[in-house]
Amino acid sequence: MSKVLMKGNEAVAKAAINAGCRLYFAYPITPQSELIEYMAKMMPTVGGTFLQAESEVAAINMVYGAAGAGKRVMTSSSSPGISLKAEGMSYLAGAQLPCVIINVQRGGPGLGDIQPAQGDYFQATKGGGHGDYRLIVLAPSSVQEFADMASEAFDLADKYRNPVMILADGMLGQMMEPVDFKPAKTDQEIEAMGHQHESWCIHPNQDGDLKHHHEINSLEIDPVVLEKHVTKLYEKYAQIEANETRHELYNINDDNEILVVAFGTASRVVRSAVDELNAEGKNIGLFRPITVWPYPYEELAKCIGPRVKQVYVFELNTGQMVEDVKIAVNGKVPVNFWGRVGGMVFTPEQIKEKLQACF
Amino acid sequence: MEVIATRPKSLRDVPFTYCPGCTHGIAHRLIAESIDEHGLINKMAGVAPVGCSVFAYKFFNFDMAEAAHGRAPAVATGIKRARPDMHVFTYQGDGDLAAIGTAEIVHAANRGEHISVFFVNNAIYGMTGGQMAPTTLPDMKTTTSPYGRKVDDIGYPIRVCELLDTLVAPYYIERVSLLSGPDIIKAKKAVSKAIQYNKEGRGFTFIEFVSTCPTNWGIEPVKALVWAKENMLPFYKPGVFRDKGAPE
Amino acid sequence: MPRMTVDPYYCKGCGLCISVCPKKIIRFSENINAKGYHYAECFNQDACIACKMCYNICPDVAITVEK
Repeated sequence: MSKVLMKGNEAVAKAAINAGCRLYFAYPITPQSELIEYMAKMMPTVGGTFLQAESEVAAINMVYGAAGAGKRVMTSSSSPGISLKAEGMSYLAGAQLPCVIINVQRGGPGLGDIQPAQGDYFQATKGGGHGDYRLIVLAPSSVQEFADMASEAFDLADKYRNPVMILADGMLGQMMEPVDFKPAKTDQEIEAMGHQHESWCIHPNQDGDLKHHHEINSLEIDPVVLEKHVTKLYEKYAQIEANETRHELYNINDDNEILVVAFGTASRVVRSAVDELNAEGKNIGLFRPITVWPYPYEELAKCIGPRVKQVYVFELNTGQMVEDVKIAVNGKVPVNFWGRVGGMVFTPEQIKEKLQACF
Repeated sequence: MEVIATRPKSLRDVPFTYCPGCTHGIAHRLIAESIDEHGLINKMAGVAPVGCSVFAYKFFNFDMAEAAHGRAPAVATGIKRARPDMHVFTYQGDGDLAAIGTAEIVHAANRGEHISVFFVNNAIYGMTGGQMAPTTLPDMKTTTSPYGRKVDDIGYPIRVCELLDTLVAPYYIERVSLLSGPDIIKAKKAVSKAIQYNKEGRGFTFIEFVSTCPTNWGIEPVKALVWAKENMLPFYKPGVFRDKGAPE
Repeated sequence: MPRMTVDPYYCKGCGLCISVCPKKIIRFSENINAKGYHYAECFNQDACIACKMCYNICPDVAITVEK
């Protein structure tokens, strides 16, 4: 397979179509409008449905309907639009519906700006919508990874009957990098996939009357029943936590003096700074979570080597993932944080300066 | 001896949770009968709202989805686009359709989605205890308009059929009432037509039912029908707004 | 012989059927159902003409009409 030079927003859209997604509902918002435009052009060419909804609220509810009908369906938006989807995401999780939601984050809060940020980490991993639920959240750091996560997200969503969010940002959405695309699913594979959820989804009765009455629903008016339902959801989440954390280790060894933690676009900048400092004789390790829910707490804790004096967290926000890092570190060593916000992205020089000050 | 009228197959053997004398149950029956008569029970999917009819997903004998408040037309759009071989309807009340869901119904109608929307208008919010609705009549007292709906302050009721009739795409729009035997028989014809058009894939169909809410109006069921006839029908006039399938 | 039957399981004693019956042969039963409603019952099946007006207006679909 030869590589294609592609913009992140378009690459993930192409990958989603390759993964067998044939339904896409969304609303334009910068910096992900190229995603919706790509879908508008390409979905009809594969016989899929593209629909520009009247709002992000309508879009997430269309996703709810199509997911309830057991088909692979996706939406995408950026921070303010994801806030609009909060209700829908809570309902999707409560009704246990598989789907993929892409957040190409921008500066916030409020209308903010259109530059890259990581300010929606809390919203993505700690709730966002009301009630007790979790989304599986994948955080890519390259266009290739962003594209690969499309099929991974759908597979996880189908496996666990849960919404999956890909937490990207404006940088990843806009930049162009070479991508190796997985082969597209064939029509037969997609047809087979369309039957995988028939034990619970809305679908026609095949032979004869009244074979099933399926309810796509998150309402349980009896608290005894609702408690059982939420408990069941959390048993599912415990399984996901046990089996689905993903992370990347970069220069982790027993001689690390500092352990740096960063995700997404931030991790790329940090990696450049770490490379420069290590070339100058330092020994800094980088831990990159790839799933930010479930968070790889244990794997991170294992990386605190015997000579690590502190853990340093860099994010494009005022300090969100750092709280999860503190849970993992559990007081073993001090945890520092530095970030930039408002759509400003730090540079390797700035990171290098912060790390040098530790020595 | 043969049975000439009994519970339709498209209704489950589950007692409705509606108040005694509430016309919701009549609307449910008309829809269920029509689905039976048009042989659609194996291919039907309905979307329940938030409101008194939130439990509609328990009452119909085919696959149902419960939607977030106001979002049923969007959910129905998702289901129909995912399974075009199925036939989809939504069932919504005043708050669901004419307040929080205004955008969703206007745009689903405007896109001409191949769904049927059944709108129960009883000029009040039932489930939450009798608050004002967008369809509450001028000067009508509710728990959130205790001095009566003051039109100078918060405007007039919304007539949804008239509103949707300004759009190009909708195929069939009719307002009916459930306020007397003959009215219900007429309403049945409208519902049956909407389901038939749905079956034939003709486009967006919309039926508004002028209904009662005995409990929150504080009027007993039989008298509530009379009150509605006298007070609601002058403002919400029954009639066919458009029927693209009617002979010229 | 035409007859109308009310299933007490569904009836909520709303009285709509009583108000529309042209033969005036429906009344509230002295008995109550499990929910405590005095359900409707036909007290003179011989006079029933199977017009279905009761079935037509019953909001709980509690009525069966036979002919």
